[in-house]
Amino acid sequence: MQFMLLFSRQGKLRLQKWYVPLSDKEKKKITRELVQTVLARKPKMCSFLEWRDLKVVYKRYASLYFCCAIEEQDNELITLEIIHRYVELLDKYFGSVCELDIIFNFEKAYFILDEFLLGGEAQETSKKTVLKAIEQADLLQEVRPHVVTLHFNSALFLIRLLRLN
Amino acid sequence: MALKIVKGSIDRMFDKNLQDLVRGIRNHKEDEAKYISTCIDEIKQELKQDNIAVKANAVCKLTYLQMLGYDVSWAAFNIVEVMSSSKFTYKVKIGLYAHVWICQEIGYISQYDTGVALTGLSCFVTPDLARDLANDIMTLMSHTKPYIRKKAVLIMYKVFLKYPESLRPAFPRLKEKLEDPDPGVQSAAVNVICELARRNPKNYLSLAPLFFKLMTSSTNNWVLIKIIKLFGALTPLEPRLGKKLIEPLTNLIHSTSAMSLLYECVNTVIAGHDVNGSPFLPPFSLALFLFLRFQLCVQKLRILIEDSDQNLKYLGLLAMSKILKTHPKSVQSHKDLILQCLDDKDESIRLRALDLLYGMVSKKNLMEIVKKLMLHVDKAEGTTYRDELLTKIIDICSQSNYQYITNFEWYISILVELTRLEGTRHGHLIASQMLDVAIRVKAIRVFAVAQMATLLDNAHLMTGNVQRKGICEVLYAAAWICGEFSEHLENPMQTLEAMLRPKVATLPGHIQAVYVQNAAKLFATLLKNQEGNTDRTAAQETSQLMIDRLPLFVQSANLEVQERASCILQLVKYIQKLQQKDVEVAEEVIALFAGELNPVAPKAQKKVPVPEGLDLDAWINEPPSESESEDEQPKAIFAKEEPKHSRARHTEVDEKELAKRREARKQEQANNPFYIKASPSSQKVYQEAPGVEHIPVVQIDLSVPLKVPGLPMSDQYVKLEEERRQKERVEKKKKEKKKRKEKRGGRGKKHDSGPESEEDITPAHMVDIVTEEMPLADSEKLPVRSHRAAEALKSPAEDGDAESPASQEPKKKSSKEKREKKKDKDGDRKVSVKNGNPTRETALWMYIYGAEIDIQGNLQDGSQVVVSVIFENKCDNFLKTMEFNVLDSLNSKLQRPEGSGPHDGLSVPFQLPPGVSNEARFVFTMQSIVMPQKLKGTLTFIIKNEDSSTHEKLDFKLHFTCSSYLITTPCYSDAFAKLLESGDLKCSSVRLEGVNMPFHHLLARICFHHHFSVVERIDSCASMYSRSIQGHHVCLLVKTSGQTVSIDAKCDEPTLLGNVLDEIKQTFSQC
Repeated sequence: MQFMLLFSRQGKLRLQKWYVPLSDKEKKKITRELVQTVLARKPKMCSFLEWRDLKVVYKRYASLYFCCAIEEQDNELITLEIIHRYVELLDKYFGSVCELDIIFNFEKAYFILDEFLLGGEAQETSKKTVLKAIEQADLLQEVRPHVVTLHFNSALFLIRLLRLN
Repeated sequence: MALKIVKGSIDRMFDKNLQDLVRGIRNHKEDEAKYISTCIDEIKQELKQDNIAVKANAVCKLTYLQMLGYDVSWAAFNIVEVMSSSKFTYKVKIGLYAHVWICQEIGYISQYDTGVALTGLSCFVTPDLARDLANDIMTLMSHTKPYIRKKAVLIMYKVFLKYPESLRPAFPRLKEKLEDPDPGVQSAAVNVICELARRNPKNYLSLAPLFFKLMTSSTNNWVLIKIIKLFGALTPLEPRLGKKLIEPLTNLIHSTSAMSLLYECVNTVIAGHDVNGSPFLPPFSLALFLFLRFQLCVQKLRILIEDSDQNLKYLGLLAMSKILKTHPKSVQSHKDLILQCLDDKDESIRLRALDLLYGMVSKKNLMEIVKKLMLHVDKAEGTTYRDELLTKIIDICSQSNYQYITNFEWYISILVELTRLEGTRHGHLIASQMLDVAIRVKAIRVFAVAQMATLLDNAHLMTGNVQRKGICEVLYAAAWICGEFSEHLENPMQTLEAMLRPKVATLPGHIQAVYVQNAAKLFATLLKNQEGNTDRTAAQETSQLMIDRLPLFVQSANLEVQERASCILQLVKYIQKLQQKDVEVAEEVIALFAGELNPVAPKAQKKVPVPEGLDLDAWINEPPSESESEDEQPKAIFAKEEPKHSRARHTEVDEKELAKRREARKQEQANNPFYIKASPSSQKVYQEAPGVEHIPVVQIDLSVPLKVPGLPMSDQYVKLEEERRQKERVEKKKKEKKKRKEKRGGRGKKHDSGPESEEDITPAHMVDIVTEEMPLADSEKLPVRSHRAAEALKSPAEDGDAESPASQEPKKKSSKEKREKKKDKDGDRKVSVKNGNPTRETALWMYIYGAEIDIQGNLQDGSQVVVSVIFENKCDNFLKTMEFNVLDSLNSKLQRPEGSGPHDGLSVPFQLPPGVSNEARFVFTMQSIVMPQKLKGTLTFIIKNEDSSTHEKLDFKLHFTCSSYLITTPCYSDAFAKLLESGDLKCSSVRLEGVNMPFHHLLARICFHHHFSVVERIDSCASMYSRSIQGHHVCLLVKTSGQTVSIDAKCDEPTLLGNVLDEIKQTFSQC
C-alpha cells in the first residue's frame, strides 16, 4: 500500500498515512486530486479507480471516506478487506465510531492503524491481538504518562534531525 | 575496516557516557538538581574542546537533559555546530541512542516500548539508518515476545529496500520465521518474502516447497493471498511448479467463499501467463493455464460479473480484459454478458465493458455488437458517456485498418446515423472517417456520395442549432465528397442548390470555404453534363445560379471563403460570357479539377525512388570544423538546444529571476531553524492561539462597572448562542409549554416532574443549595419552593431576554415567593442568597445576574470576572443605602475603589422604590481560575417607611464554578481539528450512566450550563468547545449510546478540566 487517506464528505482530510516518502507539496497535490475525484463519484459506482499508475480503492463509511492507493499487482478486494478491518477496529475501540472520534482522538486512530498496518503491509490479521496491543499501550500511557511523553519528545527530536538533512 | 572499528569505539564511548549520566541521575534521586548542575558544568567544559567527538558526546547528553525537561537553550550554538559539522549518521545516532536509552534506562523496559520505537522507525528508515540498525533489528527478530518479532520482521522489509546488502545475512532467520509458532509472525514473514519475491523472484525458488506446505495447511486468507501472489511470481521461472499448483489452486477456486482469494487465484493464473506471454509456453504450465483458463477462470469470472456487487463486476471485467489479450476466443463466448454490462448504472463498469468489446469483435459479430452499441447510444444519458460510446464504435470499426468490416455501405450508414446525435463533440471524428472511407474504398463511392447528398440536403438539421458546432463538421466531409466525386451524383443540380443556400453562411468559415470550392467542382460536372444536351439554356441557367448565389460568400467575413468565392465568381462570369457566345467551355472547366486524389500512406515516401545522381549523404557545403563535428546531430535538436543555452545565459541578469531567487532564499531562511529571523514569523503567532482567530473579542468598559449599559454585553453572547441554537430553542419552547401545562394540571406530580422541567435552564434550582443558615422552619415546603423557583425562573432564560428584569417581574410576583433569590442569567453563575433575616416581610429580590467577563487579550485583564446583580424590591417600603460586601479570599478579591480598605463594602449606587428592580455590577479579580470557589458576602440596607427606618442585613454566598470562567466561544471545525493536533492538550474522560434525555437536550444543557458551543455534531456524537477567560482551550467529545454518555475532554490545564468535568457530571446527576 502506498498511502491511506481518510476524509469527510466535505473533503476535509481527517487522517493520512504515507508509506512512501513524498514531499509535502506532492502529498497535498495528491490529496486534493484524489479527494475531488472520489467525492465526484456516485454512490452506485464501484470502489476502484485507476489513477496515475496506481489503483485507488475507496469506501465510504457514514460521513467518512477511506481511500487507499495500491500498486498494479495488488489485490483490490483484500484492500477493501483491510479498510473494513480498520473500521471494525476503530469501531470496537471507540464504540460505534464516528468522524468526530477520529478528529478528537486522532492519535489513537493513528495508533490503531500502526498496530494494524506497518510500512504499508498488514501486520496483524487478528482483530483480538490488535485490540489487545492497543489496550496494553493505553495502560502504559495511564501508568506512566511521562514515559510516553519522553517517547514523543525523542521521536520528535529524531524527526527534526532527519528533517535537517 | 579500521574506520569501522574507530567508529564503533566512538559509539561505545557515546552510550557509556550517556549511560553514566542516566545512571548518575538515577543514583542521585535526592539531590538530582545538584547532580545535574555539576553535569552541566562538565558539559560546558566538554563543549569548549576542539574535538568534535567530545562535543558530540556533550550534545548527546544535553539531548537527554532536554528530554528530561531541562533548559539547554544556552548551548544552542554548540548544538548547531555539532549538527552542521558532524556526519549525518552521527546525529541520528545521538537521537537514536538517546531514544533507546530512555526506553532501557528508565528501567521499565517493556515490549510495547520497543514496539513504539520500531513503529516510529518504520516511518523514517533511510539507507544510513538501515545499515546501522540492520543488526539490531535482526536480533529483535528472535525476541521472545511475538509482538516484537512481528514488528521486527516487517521493519526488516523496509531495511532490505534501503540497504539490500543486509538481505543475505538476514535471510536464514527470515526463513525461520515462516515456521514461527505465532501466526502473526508467520504472516508477517510471508508478507515480507512475498513482497521481496515480487521484485526478484529467482532467489526465492528454493522456498517454494515450504510455501507449498503453507498453502495447503493455512486457512488464513490474508496469508493465502500473499502465498498465491508469490507463486504467481515464481511459476514463470519454474514450470514444474505450475503443474503442482493445479490441484491446490483448483481446490481453492472451487472451495473458497472469500471473493478476494478467488480473485487473487484467477488473477495469478492470468498474470503468470502474461509474464511468459507467448505461445511457447512450457508444456506443463501450458497444461495448467489451459486447464484453469478454460474450465475455471472464465466460468468464475462470469460468476463475478453476474454478481450484483459492483466491485466484483468491475474486477471481473478487468480480469476478462487481461484474458482477452491472450485468449480472445474464450472471452468471446461471453459477449452477451458483457453487452449486458453496458446497461449498468455505474459508468466505470460500462467503460470497462466497452474496452472489452473492442477486443472481442470479429468479422462475424461486428455488426451485431455495433447494433447493440447503437441502441445504447440512443438510450444513453449524459453526453460524456454517449461521446465515449461514439468514439468506441468508431474505434471498434476502424481498428486495424477496418479489418473487421465486411460491408462498407453498412459502415457509412452507421456514420450517417451517428450524425443525428445531438450535442456530440466528435463531429470531426465522424467527418474524418467518412472522408477516409470514401477515398480509400472506391467501390463505396456511389453509395457514399448518395448518402452525403442527402446529408447536404438536410443540412438544416445540423445547422439549425448553432450550439451543435461539433456535428456540423460532418458537412465538411459531405460537401467535399459530393464535390470530389460529383460524377456519381444522381441529381447534381439539387445538390448544387443545397450547397448554395443562404443558410450556409451561418456555418463555420472553414466549412463554407469547402462548400464554395466544391460548388465549383459540381458546377464543372454539371456543365459537362448539360453541354452534352442540345438545349444550351440549362447550362446557362446553372451559370446564372452560381452568379446569383456566390456574392453571398464574397461578402463573408472569413478571408478564405471570400477569396475563393470571388475567384470562382469571376471565373463563372467569364464562363457565362463564353456561353453567350456559344463556346463550349465544359472541357476546359472540368480540367480545373482533373485528376483523382489518391490517399497517400504515411510511409509512401519511402517508395519514391531516389533520382539518379542525388546523394543525400554528401555534403553540400564544406563540412564544419573538427571541434563542431561533435554536434553532428539532426538539425532540429541543434536548433532546440541553441536557444536554451542563450536563455540560460540571459537569466543571470534577468530581473524576474533575481526576484524569484530572492524569494526562494527567503523561503529557505524561513525554513532554516539556524537562521536567526528578524521578526517572529506569522506562523508562530498563530500557534500561540490556535483556533482563536474566529473568536470575536468583546471589550467592556470597566470604568463604569456599576452602570447598566444600554445593551449588556451578554446580549452579544445571547445572540451568538441564539443564532446557533435557534432551532433547538423553538423545539424546547414547545416542549416547555407542554410541560408547564402538565404541571399546572397536576400539582401533586410536581416532584416527579421536577427533573424534567429543569431540562433547559433552571440554574437557580440546581445551584443554590446553600441553605445552611436558614432554619428549616422558615423555608416552608422546601422542595416545593425549589421547584417553583425553577419554574419562575424558567421563562427568562428560555426567552433569552433575561437581561430585562422588568419582564420577569409579573411572573415572580405571581409565584408569590417572598424570598431572596439570586439567579445566574447565563445559567451557570450560581449564586445563592440566603435570607438571614428572620423578619421576612422585607423582601428584597436579588439575583446575581450574569457573569460578564472582560476578555482582553492580556492575562491580567483575563483575571477579571464581572458579577451582575439584580436587586428587586418586593416589599411596600423604600429601600436605600444598600451596601454590598464580600469577604475576600486569597485567590479572589472584590475590586474596591482606591483608598478603601480590604473589608469595606461597596455602596450600591441607587435606591429602590417599592416594586422596582435595578442592576449593579461588581468586579472581582481572580488569581487562578482552575478551581471553583465560594465567597461569603453580606448586603446591608435600610428599609424606610413613613414612620421609621430599620437596618436589614442579607447574607449570601457567591459560588464561582469553573464553568463560570468559561466563555461560550464559537469555534470552526477546522480550527478545532488544528487545536487538537497541536498535541499539548491533556486528556481526561467521564462516563455518565442513566442519562435519559434526547441528545440535543443533553448538548443544549452542556452549552447552557457550562458555556460550551457545539463545533460539529454527527448523529449521537458531538464535539464541543469553550475557552476560559485566561485562554485555556477546553474541547469535549460527547457520545451517547443508550443511557450511557461518555465525555472525552482535552484541555491544556488538567485541574481546570477535572473541575469542569466534575461540574458537568453534577449537572447530570441531578436529573
